[in-house]
Amino acid sequence: MKTKQKPKSSKKPVELRLYVAGQTPRSLAAIANLKKICAGNFEEDYLIEVVDLIKNPALARDHQILAIPTLVRSLPVPICKIIGDLSDTERVVVGLDIRKAKPKKPAAKAQNA
Amino acid sequence: MPSRAKRSARELSPLEKTPTGIPGFDEISEGGLPKGRTAIVCGGAGCGKTMFGIEFLVRGALEYDEPGVLMAFEETPEDIARNVASLGFDIQDLANKKKLFLDYISVEPHEIQESGDYDLEGLFIRLQSAVEAVGAKRVMFDTLEALFSGFSNPGILRAEFRRLFRWLKDRGLTTVITAERGEGTLTRHGLEEYVSDCVILLDHRIKDQISARRLRIVKYRGTKHGADEYPFLIDERGMSILPLTSLQLQHTVSNERISSGVPDLDEMLEGKGYFRGSSVLITGTAGSGKTTLAASFVDAACLRGERCLYIDFEESRHQVARNMNSVGIDLDQWSKKGLLAHEAWRPTQFGIEMHLLRIHKLIERVKPQCVVIDPITNLMNGSSDKEVYSMLMRLLDFLKVAGITAVFVSLTSGGDNMEQTTVGISSLTDTWILLRDLELNGERNRCLYVLKSRGMAHSNQLREFVITGQGIRLLSVYIGPGGVLTGSSRVTQESAERAVAIQKQQEIERKQQDAARKRLTIQAQVAALQAELDAVEKEENTLNRDDREREKQDKADRDMLAKSRGSR
Repeated sequence: MKTKQKPKSSKKPVELRLYVAGQTPRSLAAIANLKKICAGNFEEDYLIEVVDLIKNPALARDHQILAIPTLVRSLPVPICKIIGDLSDTERVVVGLDIRKAKPKKPAAKAQNA
Repeated sequence: MPSRAKRSARELSPLEKTPTGIPGFDEISEGGLPKGRTAIVCGGAGCGKTMFGIEFLVRGALEYDEPGVLMAFEETPEDIARNVASLGFDIQDLANKKKLFLDYISVEPHEIQESGDYDLEGLFIRLQSAVEAVGAKRVMFDTLEALFSGFSNPGILRAEFRRLFRWLKDRGLTTVITAERGEGTLTRHGLEEYVSDCVILLDHRIKDQISARRLRIVKYRGTKHGADEYPFLIDERGMSILPLTSLQLQHTVSNERISSGVPDLDEMLEGKGYFRGSSVLITGTAGSGKTTLAASFVDAACLRGERCLYIDFEESRHQVARNMNSVGIDLDQWSKKGLLAHEAWRPTQFGIEMHLLRIHKLIERVKPQCVVIDPITNLMNGSSDKEVYSMLMRLLDFLKVAGITAVFVSLTSGGDNMEQTTVGISSLTDTWILLRDLELNGERNRCLYVLKSRGMAHSNQLREFVITGQGIRLLSVYIGPGGVLTGSSRVTQESAERAVAIQKQQEIERKQQDAARKRLTIQAQVAALQAELDAVEKEENTLNRDDREREKQDKADRDMLAKSRGSR
């Protein structure tokens, strides 16, 4: 299990859990893609936990995981799941519903322009 | 060369099978499902797919010591446990004993987004840990197709299915997967493409508003199997399939004889009654006493301490018990003692095969020595003659193999040829008793005769059949110049004969009296003459005595005279 934390403010952090099965290329790609997306889009605090189901098979049942890799946003509710190696950044951003990043992003772009 | 022979011998080894434990299925599939392979059970909604799979797991765990894993996609374990509890399966208990592992897989399409490439390794991990947890030999997926609603990429799913079936095969897990039936195809998503070893099709159809469940083995690679459609039943004891074609004419027979319950009828059957294990057909018109005759048989069997099953399509248990009480047959006492199982249901309640299945199951439960079915003609409702004939033939064979004496009651309508049963099963039965009404002089009287009885020199007599308060009696009919007389005609004839006899008797008595009188007269005359004779004799005696007295006196007188003369 691998955890990564990036504290930025006192607001409650977004909890992200990435389920993988061993060190497959697809799993590694998913981990890398997730880090990249989070770094590029998140303004608020977030928490990434990588769960290896090979080491913890019972968690697959407890958390209703079928597809590998699966990214679960457990907080804030509602829970949402994104499956795949997260190569489609746009879908991940929409899927995770990163609202707070959105108003800042266009503003930053406007400044640049 | 030797190695080649060896290899061919190995190739010829038969396919190993895993018994399902579902009554009847293992017979038609000649052993069960292919061991270590995947079988697909498909059919429309509500046809019993899940039932089949769960029974496969439960019976495996209970009867064959093969633990199982249930991967449920549609219902939660709690729901499944509740659903099958009504069928007598306690899967929660099996789960607690580690004989069954239940995993509910929730597929919620609305909360899943897809981004990039994925596989279903999570499913494999869950399956593996479940199989390891109980040491499973059997697996069931209900239904795998639910995945199609959760994942949008059919290419990935198909690849994963292929991988899953290979995975199961590699581990030697005997698997059942259920699948919804599609339009024109066996399954909606074509799962049968991947599972090519064994495909079972379940069907639930309605004919004349009566439901009938059928099972067919569409495909079973590497083995022969029954190819017909087999009816099956889901009831409080689970699923059971009726093998229709397992008919054999190889039953052993008994020489034991058992009473028909009517001593006079036994007298007609060599004085001994029916053969044990034979089948008896009682046909007759309405109200001719068929049920009473059958009930007498049951009464006699219960009296011997045998178990009886009375299957009734017309009357309830209480009604029959009340009616039979009026003729001196107390069936209730046998029901209370547990010797008689009286089961009544409407013939329209199920299709013909369901009746057969139900009777089979009842016989297996009650284990009777005698069975009565009253009446078989009611089964005709809604079924063709051919179906009924084949059903009864199967039932007869089943009963004969089990050595059960069976009495079938059949109603013939008045207009029909009496010696032809509507169902045409007379040739299948061993003994055929015909009851009929004779209409004469404004009354109906019952008659009985034994039309046939295999293996015995039965009576050829037509007997009058009288139902009394003490059961059935068979009377000899009067055969006079006017033909066969029964009922009051017979009584009239008999009383006329009695009158003639009385008249003759009176004549004789009168003559006897005359003779006696004559004798007395003569005797009187004899007595009178005797008296006369006596009187004459008496007189004669008196005369003689007087003579002698006088002589004596004379002599005395003379003596005295002489004396007096002499002294002087």
